[in-house]
Amino acid sequence: MQKKYTISIYTENSVGLLNRVSAIFQKRHINIISITSSASEIEEVSRFIIVVSMTEEAVKKVVGQIEKQIEVIKAFYHTDEETIFQESALYKVASKSLFEERHIQNIIKASHANIVTVNKEFFVIEKTGFRHETEKLYHDLAPFGLLQFVRSGRISVTKSPMNIKALLTKLND
Amino acid sequence: MAEKKNISGSEALIHCLLAEGVDLIYGYPGGAIMPFYDELYKFQDKLQHILTRHEQGATHAAQGFARVTGKVGVCVATSGPGATNLVTGIADAMIDSTPMVCLTGQVPSHLLGSDAFQETDIIGISTPVTKWNYQITDVKEIPEIMAKAFYIARSGRPGPVLIDITKDAQFAKADFTYAPCKQVRSYKPIPKLDKTAVAHAADLINQAKKPMIVWGQGVILGKAEEEFKAFVEKSNIPAAWTILGVSAIATDHPLNVGMVGMHGNYGPNKLTNECDLLIAIGMRFDDRVTGNLETYAKQAKIIHLEIDPAEINKNVDVDVAVLADVKESLPLLTSLVSAKPYTEWFAAFKAFDKIEFDRVIKNDLHPTKDGLTMGEVLKEINRASNNDAVIVSDVGQHQMIACRYAAFNHSKSNVTSGGLGTMGFALPAALGAKMGAPNREVVAIIGDGGFQMTIQELGTIFQTQAAVKVVVLNNDFLGMVRQWQQLFFDKRYASTEMVNPDFVKIAEGYFIEAKRVQKREELSDAVDKMMASDKPYFLEVCVEKEDNVFPMIPSGASVSDIRLS
Ligand SMILES: Cc1ncc(C[n+]2csc(CCOP(=O)(O)OP(=O)(O)O)c2C)c(N)n1
Repeated sequence: MQKKYTISIYTENSVGLLNRVSAIFQKRHINIISITSSASEIEEVSRFIIVVSMTEEAVKKVVGQIEKQIEVIKAFYHTDEETIFQESALYKVASKSLFEERHIQNIIKASHANIVTVNKEFFVIEKTGFRHETEKLYHDLAPFGLLQFVRSGRISVTKSPMNIKALLTKLND
Repeated sequence: MAEKKNISGSEALIHCLLAEGVDLIYGYPGGAIMPFYDELYKFQDKLQHILTRHEQGATHAAQGFARVTGKVGVCVATSGPGATNLVTGIADAMIDSTPMVCLTGQVPSHLLGSDAFQETDIIGISTPVTKWNYQITDVKEIPEIMAKAFYIARSGRPGPVLIDITKDAQFAKADFTYAPCKQVRSYKPIPKLDKTAVAHAADLINQAKKPMIVWGQGVILGKAEEEFKAFVEKSNIPAAWTILGVSAIATDHPLNVGMVGMHGNYGPNKLTNECDLLIAIGMRFDDRVTGNLETYAKQAKIIHLEIDPAEINKNVDVDVAVLADVKESLPLLTSLVSAKPYTEWFAAFKAFDKIEFDRVIKNDLHPTKDGLTMGEVLKEINRASNNDAVIVSDVGQHQMIACRYAAFNHSKSNVTSGGLGTMGFALPAALGAKMGAPNREVVAIIGDGGFQMTIQELGTIFQTQAAVKVVVLNNDFLGMVRQWQQLFFDKRYASTEMVNPDFVKIAEGYFIEAKRVQKREELSDAVDKMMASDKPYFLEVCVEKEDNVFPMIPSGASVSDIRLS
């Protein structure tokens, strides 16, 4: 059965690693739903968060192949239930709607979104949350005309501990 | 280690190679790698460079060298087309776990990304087929990266590493110190042996009534031939091999029951689906070995001794995984197992052997028809070499015949392109093998198709005078494809018939002594004459045009559905 899995990868911070990791998915004809790369809790260690929809058997094998790459320190996969995850979205709307339509202010308030910036031409709203929340705000704002919309890939942390520091110390021995 | 003040990146590269014990490299020069070649000129007495006639030839030669020596093969090419010409050999080394370091020149760093002359993103291109790759743009990185390259190529499950070096980094100067790499923190080449897994495996072995071993190249790569033989002999379990595993123990060892897989022996394939325990050692359950996975050894418990965690449960779910270097796990396992006679079980192998002999082997090795068979050529080579030659085979029918019938007394004696099935592999690989094992007889077995894929390496063989014995088994067809067309495509021989040149004349054009054999009466003498030569020698044997290789497991079929005709 296909399911959504979040793959977290701790890696050395080196040129070309994104290509190496994504090639593993490409070789198996797997579509990546979202991917983010950022710093991690450890200095000089990067973290990829990749969301895919596949069977557990397949995700296990993919994680094995990822972990085999020289500069990958550790890779894990988790289900949604095992992680705390969020996405961020930015909505750019024409400023005149903010002043002319009272309703839009209620939408922003009700959605717990933040206004990041306002100027004469446009304002930008930021909303972090689950996919259905950022999507709801999208649909609510659409009638007022979205000048731009963008959503980040998933970022997530696991409920269980991930002791990469200890692992690194062990690897360094 | 060596310390040098203010030397060029090119010179640094050479000192790195020397420090890694390299004294022989294969390659082809060009603009972006010229500074390196210029330094090479000065180090000719310490570092021999063999100019192949195509960069693909350089990779296969380095592979052949690596396969017979167990050392890292090294090849060099320029940027752009030089680098892309390496890709097939790199992919081949990747899938067959061959330790190799490839150096490619790159355009100067300030031109990267400008579509400069002969610029190609070889790092991007080679990523999926390298164990590791890296682009050096700063001369100061050279010693550390080269040390890492060799360490990664040879450690754990070996594989190819590509190092791309910009031209400016080859020219630039820096002080040099070299320290071999001992570890990379994110890379664990050898998993820590779990002794309880070994104990569990031993329990299964001691309970088994019909156990069977299938071993692969891991035994050879792990330099664990002695440990493996001790395990086989103490446990008294019939042992079968994959085409990359063969030669780890002698062909005529009484416990050696032959080859598994698509064109393997009848008994071990049939009995894979009857054994109660399958002990897989340093092999990866390739589809050419397993046939249809849904019906592969379903009745058996499976033990997998393996170094690469990603191979465990990849194709076949196993009951016990012993993740470790087999050199470490096998002795422990051996100490825990006891022998049983398995009389009936061995009789089952013998019974299938007899069927295979009567239906297939007899006709292959002792044909009564007029046309020459590939099998009888192998039989003659075995005879003339006392089962002691290194056999380097290309890809196709002749390869399967070579692997089935070549007899071996020593490990690292079968060099073939297993995982990738690269036609054109054998001629350059044989050159590398001969240079790696100069005191051994090296015989290349090649089809008329594959020969023409890297035929230009006759030039390299002539220039080096490496005493390679080149045997082309000419059936005027792309035989293996024709066999499939005959069996599965109603004999529609689409583009498989070849109108061939005079191969003997071509070899003679390269000043290589050559002979053609068309009749059975001439074969034996011709093989003797070839073997007696201490120079390169070319022998064309015109064989039956439409012979097929059997047994055969049709693709997608079960190992137990192996056909004899
Ligand atoms: C580079 C490459 N191209 C195509 C193939 C597909 N292929 C596999 S075997 C074969 C025929 C080989 O013919 P030949 O070299 O004459 O050997 P034979 O089978 O006749 O012994 C072909 C075309 C391949 N393995 N490698």
